[in-house]
Amino acid sequence: MNDFLSQLPMFSLVLTLGAYQIGLLFQKKWRSPLCNPLLISVALIVAVLLVTGFSVEQYQVDMKIFSWLITPATVALAVPLYEHLQKLKKNLPAILAGVAAGAIAALASVFALCAVFSLDKQTTVSLLPKSITTAIGMVVSGQNGGIEALTSLVIAFTGIVGCITGPILCKLLKLEHPVAQGVAFGTAAHVIGTAKASELGSIQGAVSSLSLAVAGILTALLFPLIVSLI
Amino acid sequence: MKYLTQFFWILLFCALGEVLAAVIPFPIPAAIYGLVLLFLALSFKIIRLEQVSDTARFLIRVMGVFFVSPVVNILAYWGVIAPNLGAICVIILVTTVLVFGISGLVTKALLGKEKANE
Repeated sequence: MNDFLSQLPMFSLVLTLGAYQIGLLFQKKWRSPLCNPLLISVALIVAVLLVTGFSVEQYQVDMKIFSWLITPATVALAVPLYEHLQKLKKNLPAILAGVAAGAIAALASVFALCAVFSLDKQTTVSLLPKSITTAIGMVVSGQNGGIEALTSLVIAFTGIVGCITGPILCKLLKLEHPVAQGVAFGTAAHVIGTAKASELGSIQGAVSSLSLAVAGILTALLFPLIVSLI
Repeated sequence: MKYLTQFFWILLFCALGEVLAAVIPFPIPAAIYGLVLLFLALSFKIIRLEQVSDTARFLIRVMGVFFVSPVVNILAYWGVIAPNLGAICVIILVTTVLVFGISGLVTKALLGKEKANE
């Protein structure tokens, strides 16, 4: 079975897009943050690869074209960043300060907890970018000796945890201002959090989208410094 | 053609980002340089929003699927990750709540000040 499938270059692409469609269907049906299309499709694909014996290496080779598109998609984030910045000029100092405090808190707290659990350097580097968007987090992790796969998985779970705990935290901490809510969701839970923030309101969504871009850039800039401390 | 022309501009900024990443001796991803360059080009009206916005929005909307194959690679690293699974879960939970609280509260405090000034 494996020999036969390996000769079909379309197998990996059809499998990936098909599994992602199923993930999107689940998300549409249940609307729970746990029904994340990325996690569902990865679980399905891993199961298919294990059952058929299709090699992960071959799958990665077939999918190169897709992972290559992450770079232009990241550069494209400049568009919402520019648009939202125009609209949010008035609140910009508060937004930028909140994002900066969150981004630094993320790096410092992950760094400290990894030391507490005495995790190795490779794992620590993989966890450090956990709060930022996958496009940026995966690359800074890989460039600094982390495991890209672990980073993207941890980022996805961070987004889900942010969506589940976010509304409770907003109540507990009395975060009622839409701008403060947007900053919290975007900085702590990137794109997945932004989807949740947009459900709360359009200001929350725009602020969250701006915050995730700023948090990503800031974390990428600070990353080499914190890695040199490990 | 519209999407293709817009894709050209985005790829041009990717390429410029790669040049910068190769020239500047600081380990920052080429995509970040590209993002900042495109943002600056939009801000200084070197490029108009309509010249890139449709393809940019399309790329952002479908971006999720690009991450599937990198995450599937978890299979290849399972041996390294499995022993630390408990610690990783604790770290995700604690730091996400912490970052959410800190970023939200700092913003809230500063927004309050802005209002007081008005």
